[in-house]
Amino acid sequence: MAIPANVETTFLLGRLNFQAIPKDPIVWVTFVGVVIGGLAMLYLLNKYKLWGYLWNEWFTSIDHKKIGIMYMVLGLIMFVRGFADAVMMRAQQAIAFNGSEGYLNAHHYDQIFTAHGVIMIFFVAMPFVTGLMNYLVPLQIGARDVSFPFLNNFSFWMTVGGAIIVMASLFVGEFAQTGWLAFPPLSGIAYSPYVGVDYYIWGLQVAGVGTTLSGINLMVTILKMRAPGMTMMKMPVFTWTAFCTNILIVASFPILTMTLILLTLDRYIGTNFFTNDLGGNPMMYINLIWIWGHPEVYILILPLFGVFSEITSTFSGKRLFGYTSMVYATICITVLSYLVWLHHFFTMGSGASVNSFFGITTMIISIPTGAKIFNWLFTMYHGRVRYDLPMMWVIAFMLTFVIGGMTGVLLAVPPADFVLHNSLFLIAHFHNVIIGGVLFGLFAAINFWWPKAFGFKLNVFWGKVSFWCWVIGFWVAFMPLYILGLMGVTRRMRVFDDPSLQIWFIIAAFGAFLIACGIGAMFVQFGISIWKRNEPEYRDETGDPWNARTLEWATSSPPPSYNFAFTPVIHGLDAWTDMKAAGAQRPKADYIPIHMPRYTGSGVIIAALCTVFGMAMIWYIWWLAIVSFIAIVAYSIYHTFNYDRDYYVTAEEVRAVEDARDRQLAQGA
Amino acid sequence: MRKLPRLARLAAFAPAIMALAACKMEVLKPSGDIAERQKDLLLTSTWLMLIIIIPVMALTIWFAWRYRASNRNATYKPDWDHSTKFELVIWAAPLLIIICLGALTWVGTHLLDPYRPLDRIAEGQPVPDQEPVRVEVVALDWKWLFIYPEQGIAMVNEMAVPTDREVEFSLTSTSVMNAFYIPAMAGMIYAMPGMETKLHGVFNNPGEYQGLASHYSGAGFSGMRFKAHAVDQAGFDAWVDEARASGANLDRAKFLELEAPSENVKPTPFAEVDPELFDRVVNMCVEEGKICMAEMMALDAQGGTGLAGTINMAQLTHDKETRRGVARPVFGSEPFMVTGFCTPADSLKMFADLRENAPTVRKDQTPMRGIALPRPENRLGIEMPRIIQDARRDNAAEPKL
Repeated sequence: MAIPANVETTFLLGRLNFQAIPKDPIVWVTFVGVVIGGLAMLYLLNKYKLWGYLWNEWFTSIDHKKIGIMYMVLGLIMFVRGFADAVMMRAQQAIAFNGSEGYLNAHHYDQIFTAHGVIMIFFVAMPFVTGLMNYLVPLQIGARDVSFPFLNNFSFWMTVGGAIIVMASLFVGEFAQTGWLAFPPLSGIAYSPYVGVDYYIWGLQVAGVGTTLSGINLMVTILKMRAPGMTMMKMPVFTWTAFCTNILIVASFPILTMTLILLTLDRYIGTNFFTNDLGGNPMMYINLIWIWGHPEVYILILPLFGVFSEITSTFSGKRLFGYTSMVYATICITVLSYLVWLHHFFTMGSGASVNSFFGITTMIISIPTGAKIFNWLFTMYHGRVRYDLPMMWVIAFMLTFVIGGMTGVLLAVPPADFVLHNSLFLIAHFHNVIIGGVLFGLFAAINFWWPKAFGFKLNVFWGKVSFWCWVIGFWVAFMPLYILGLMGVTRRMRVFDDPSLQIWFIIAAFGAFLIACGIGAMFVQFGISIWKRNEPEYRDETGDPWNARTLEWATSSPPPSYNFAFTPVIHGLDAWTDMKAAGAQRPKADYIPIHMPRYTGSGVIIAALCTVFGMAMIWYIWWLAIVSFIAIVAYSIYHTFNYDRDYYVTAEEVRAVEDARDRQLAQGA
Repeated sequence: MRKLPRLARLAAFAPAIMALAACKMEVLKPSGDIAERQKDLLLTSTWLMLIIIIPVMALTIWFAWRYRASNRNATYKPDWDHSTKFELVIWAAPLLIIICLGALTWVGTHLLDPYRPLDRIAEGQPVPDQEPVRVEVVALDWKWLFIYPEQGIAMVNEMAVPTDREVEFSLTSTSVMNAFYIPAMAGMIYAMPGMETKLHGVFNNPGEYQGLASHYSGAGFSGMRFKAHAVDQAGFDAWVDEARASGANLDRAKFLELEAPSENVKPTPFAEVDPELFDRVVNMCVEEGKICMAEMMALDAQGGTGLAGTINMAQLTHDKETRRGVARPVFGSEPFMVTGFCTPADSLKMFADLRENAPTVRKDQTPMRGIALPRPENRLGIEMPRIIQDARRDNAAEPKL
């Protein structure tokens, strides 16, 4: 079952040999499916000669809007994988009773729950959030692109590289069997001798470089590239939350990188940072990883808080209530998120004073969060609330998230945590906030900004089907987990001996099935909308289909590559609402050439080399690691000599685009 | 048509199933005083938070309905975006709740600290003047070993304790991190290799309770379960005698054998245990010849053995052959260990020193007044405010229970 540790290594292929082929029929079937799907896609790409289009228009693109969309596509693809893992776990737990071992052995099951966590956090939630920020931030602050456009493309491809490494583990070798944070000593070489943990480490390291760089990029963008007149306190709330998120990224991801480097050293050259013997201290790893890990959950949720603010205010037809307190609440959360990490391991035996300190700081976070909820409530108060899809998701979020918040504060009470830690109650809690907060927010955001990105609205019927399946499915899937947690059932169990628990797992599995319907309906929604995109009821000619309030709605849908022909001047919050109220007209003459960055393939190439380097390190193919490392350095130096980095969109081209927009507007009117 | 009655029957069973499941809510219906108080705190916190959660949810629904776009009777103020009064309320209301909850948390965390000896056996029942039952717990790959040092027996994957007696667990692990959890008795706490953690608990109702490993520890994790029997004193004595009758002896060699990974292990008794065994497990020196951590730390505290110490290295054959992994870091050295040079008499003294526990000190721990907490020591030599000095004098003659 498990792969022997003393695998022969060869010079050419390192540890890679026939033992690396998983011996699991489920994996084979998946592999065959992936191969058939992949071949079909290659065939279609060739048939319609799309290679050049993809490479020239998308892969090498450093347009923040295209990169944003590519991030969302990556998140969506990985979401399907992560959800498949979830379904497999639910199925296993629903049948592994009364002496049945279920259909997954420990080696397979343990990889699945590890992969589910890693993929959902690093390769679903993170790309979704980063994609959203990438797309929206420059538009909201009236910039033409981010501060470092090439870096943006490189960051994206590094994230893809990490995702490729993690996905490769499915078919070549194995993934980690450690849980999603790979606590040593279990993740040390003595207890996880094969490639699983190495896949984990290198997948996260490659993607982590991308995340850190993209954090720096967006932070600088927000600080330096705002349109004239947009002071910090006139920034849209989404931009504010994005700003705080990127501060968190920049401050916390280096900790993750360093922690993983220390673990790598333990595994590769036999240092003893986190080993049991010779002065190592596994508790240190747990502290370090959570010093990153706790801010990470705020990295995920903060931008969505921004999304909820924008949507609530737009669909209530009203200014956001308490903008200032919203901003300060966000800043409070940003700072406090660094003071609570210990609540992830109250049970590790810290003294009562330490535990209660971290318990209380955790509770304090609920104050600004509560203030935010109230702000959304009072934004609806005295409003005219339109229930389009984005607003439906917001209401679902508010009703779901407060429960998740409540159970979170409950878990922050150390004595309560002593009975609920590591239980399914905990699992239910963080799914409650991540699905109810992050995912519901993303679906709201996708429905809200889709017309901006593509110029047509999403189908409402299938959107509603998806909405109800998701919301009901969520409650059916996770309420039983709360109950099971109160019965003292803990996480990551593969088989159970108490038959009376089974009914709850079956209900939970049914909930997962409903969620699957929700995901299916969402894809149908996308498909139908794309199919019918030219029908009048789907088209958005105005660029402002929702009567929205912030700057991104002032330009066309989809926006031109340069975003705004003239950089707008900002006089207050809700810039676009003010412009509409003042009857401001787009300037229509004297177009000037616009300075734009030129597309380059360097990002793809360097990221590909990094991915190869990661794979070589995983499999101990030293020659390839050396060659790819030299290639990375050499190509990066070569790239610095690329002086052909920019071009001008001529005034005539701008005029042509803007005139087309005028005709479109006239047609819509 | 044939399906319908079956569905109906299922529907009829549903409440029964729910009720059955409700009985099993071990966290909400525990049988130990610590878990009971943890549950109380859990419920109190829940009620406290519901004070604000329920109005928020109700307001959400009410506002969402009242201010729907089609309701033209509702007030519409598109530019209304600030109200100092409301702002005050929305920051103050959660703050007040958190202040209450914070106070509860501070006191509760100290009172229910797993390291703290019990202050009562059950409500209104003080701890009798009696030493606690000591149980030493070792998390192995993948089973639990319970050593009863006073009874001199050991048991794999089963434990028993007398009811209404304080139980003091000392926990450690041999390979990876784990967590020891009996939901009905007290909370969980990690068991970690090379370290010792403590947990105090008590069972008030006799019965058979589930115990489990709650921190993922590898392939055999799911099968790492045991039954915890809470029995009366006679039952406990009988259980001990039964283990003694088994005749098996758990010495260091046998322990190393036991330590090798195995799954779903049946309860196995041992009539005799090496009295040093638990200390050796904590100090990672069960293997013959390997230095104990305590010994190494004592050496280091005296300045270490310098370069000469490097000659004490030997290959770590035990870890290489019987533990889970056999790999070594690809660029690292062969796993090695440092050999010990304590004589048996030395190590006996060393472990005796380690064991030199202060006698259990119990305090009057009336909740909410904070006097349960250790008084701050005047380390800075600053003159204490009058009121604190008075408080100290009042409690000076603290009754030792």
